[in-house]
Amino acid sequence: MSPGLLTTVQDLGRIGFGRFGIAPSGALDRVAMRIGNLLVDNPESEAVLEITLPGFRAKILTDVVVALTGADLGLHINGEPLGPWRSYRLCPEDILSLESLNNGCRSYLALGGGLLVPEVLGSRSTNITSGFGGLDGRPLRSGDIIKVDSPQHYLHAGGRKFDLNAVPSYCNDWELRVVMGPQHEHFQGESCNRFLNAVYQVTAKSDRTGVRLHGPRMIISEGQPESIISEGIISGAIQIPGDGQPIIVLGETVSGGYRKIATVISADIHLLGQVLPGDRVQFQAVNPREARQALWRLEEGIGRFRDSLM
Amino acid sequence: MINDQPKFLTMGDRSLLVELSDEISLEVNRRVRSLYYSLSHRKLNGIIELLPSYTSLLVVFDPSVLSVSALRTLVTRLFDSPAETRIPEPKTVEIPVVYGGDFGPDLEWVADYHRLNPSEVVRYHSDTVYHVYMIGFTPGYPYMGEVPGEIVTPRRDTPRTHVPRGSVGIAQKQTGIYPVESPGGWQIIGRTPLVLFDPHATPSTLLEAGDVVTFYPIEKEAFENWRQ
Repeated sequence: MSPGLLTTVQDLGRIGFGRFGIAPSGALDRVAMRIGNLLVDNPESEAVLEITLPGFRAKILTDVVVALTGADLGLHINGEPLGPWRSYRLCPEDILSLESLNNGCRSYLALGGGLLVPEVLGSRSTNITSGFGGLDGRPLRSGDIIKVDSPQHYLHAGGRKFDLNAVPSYCNDWELRVVMGPQHEHFQGESCNRFLNAVYQVTAKSDRTGVRLHGPRMIISEGQPESIISEGIISGAIQIPGDGQPIIVLGETVSGGYRKIATVISADIHLLGQVLPGDRVQFQAVNPREARQALWRLEEGIGRFRDSLM
Repeated sequence: MINDQPKFLTMGDRSLLVELSDEISLEVNRRVRSLYYSLSHRKLNGIIELLPSYTSLLVVFDPSVLSVSALRTLVTRLFDSPAETRIPEPKTVEIPVVYGGDFGPDLEWVADYHRLNPSEVVRYHSDTVYHVYMIGFTPGYPYMGEVPGEIVTPRRDTPRTHVPRGSVGIAQKQTGIYPVESPGGWQIIGRTPLVLFDPHATPSTLLEAGDVVTFYPIEKEAFENWRQ
C-alpha cells in the first residue's frame, strides 16, 4: 500500500490515562468511524484507518469486506469509481485507491474483522507525537501490510448501505455550536461578540493536534495576565494564545495554560475532523441543555442505523 | 488561598472544571489530589476521565449518564469532607542528571543570567526537594516546584523544535523533565538517563502527581553506562 499524505490506525481513543499526561488520540470524526464499522459488521469501537486527503492506494491480499466513510476522497476499485458510505466485498489483487478530494478532509477505511495491531494502554490509536500505539507508533508507510483479524467471518456484510440523506454535510462553510467558557469572562465583552459574529478562516497549520483559525483578534481584559495556571483540557476547547487567534484543540493534548473562550459541543466535535485549510468557520453559542439535546439526536440517528442492521 | 467552596466552570457539555484556588500552593495541590482520589474511588458511572492539575480538577463525563447538577452536588460534598479519603503515600524518586555540556546547553546562560557559576546553579537545583504538581504536556512530563529563588529563570525567547528525551529544564519557578522528544521552551540544564515514559511498562510513567523528587549530579560516563 501507499499511504498518501497521512494514514494512521485510530479507534475511539485512549481513555483513563490523562492524569499521566497521555492524550486520548483516536479518530477525529468518530461518527464516520462508527458508521464505517457498522457497515462491515464490526463493533463500533474497532480500529480503522484514518486517511487524510486523497493519494491512498492499497492492494488487497485476501477476501475482505471494506467500507469507506467520512470525506469523499474519490473511492476507486480497480480504477472504477464507487460510492462512499457502503460496504464492498473485495478479492485478492483488487486495488483500492482514493483519487480526488470531493468533500471533507479525512476518510475512514473500516475492514471487516478489525485491524490486527496490539492494544497499547487500552487502545489501538496511534499517538503520533509521542510515537506509540497503532502500527509501531507511526503513520503508515509505503509497503506496509495491514493484517485483518478473521476477515472470512465478515464477508456477509458486503453490500450494506448507509442512508446518504443521513450523511453529515461537509461543506466549506462550517457552523459549529459552542458552549461559552470556561474563561470567556477574561475577554473584553466586545471580543466575545466578535468571536460569535466573525467568520474565521482555517489556516494551513491545522493538523491532528488542532484546528488553527485566522480572524478577528481576541483581546484579554485589562489586568488579566497573559496565561493562566495550566489546567486539564478536552478536545473541542477553543484556546486563545498570545496572538489572539483561536485554536480548536483536538485530542492530542490533556493540559494547557491558555484561556478557553468556548468549547465545541459533543454533537459537533466529529465535524472538526473534516475541516480543510481555507474553509470558513462560524461559531454559534448554545446552552449545555441544547448541547445535550443535539448529542441525543445525533446518537439517535446512529442508533437507528444500528437497529436497522439487526 | 484555597476557595471556601469549589468554583465550577463549564468546559463544553461534557466536562466540568472544578477550581479550588487561583494561586499555586502545596496545600491547594494536595486538596486537588484528595478530590481526585475521592471521586476516583467512587468509580461513578458516567465519569470518563479525571484530570488533576495545579489548582483544579477537570471532570470529563458522559452527559447522557451523569447530570452536571448531580456532579456538582457530589463534588461539593467530597470537597467538604477531605479527611474521609485515603490518599496513597507519595513515592520519593532520586533522579541522576548530567548537568551542562551538550546535555544541558542552557546551563551557562542560566548561570550568566543570575551571575552565578554553572556549578552553583547545579548545587541550587540539586539541593532542593521538589513536589510533582501535575503530569501534562507529554506523557509522563512532571511539572515540579519550586526551584530556589536564586535560579528562577524565564523560558527561552525562542522555543526549540526538538528537545531530546530525558532533558531537564527550568521555566520560572518550575522544573521539569522531557520524557519523549518534543518541542519545548524551557531552559535545558541537563539530562537524565532514566526512562520517564514507557507505554509498554506498568505503570507507564515514572512519576505521578504528588510524588517527591530530588536530583543528583552524575558524570557523562555514568550516563552512558546507565542501567535502570
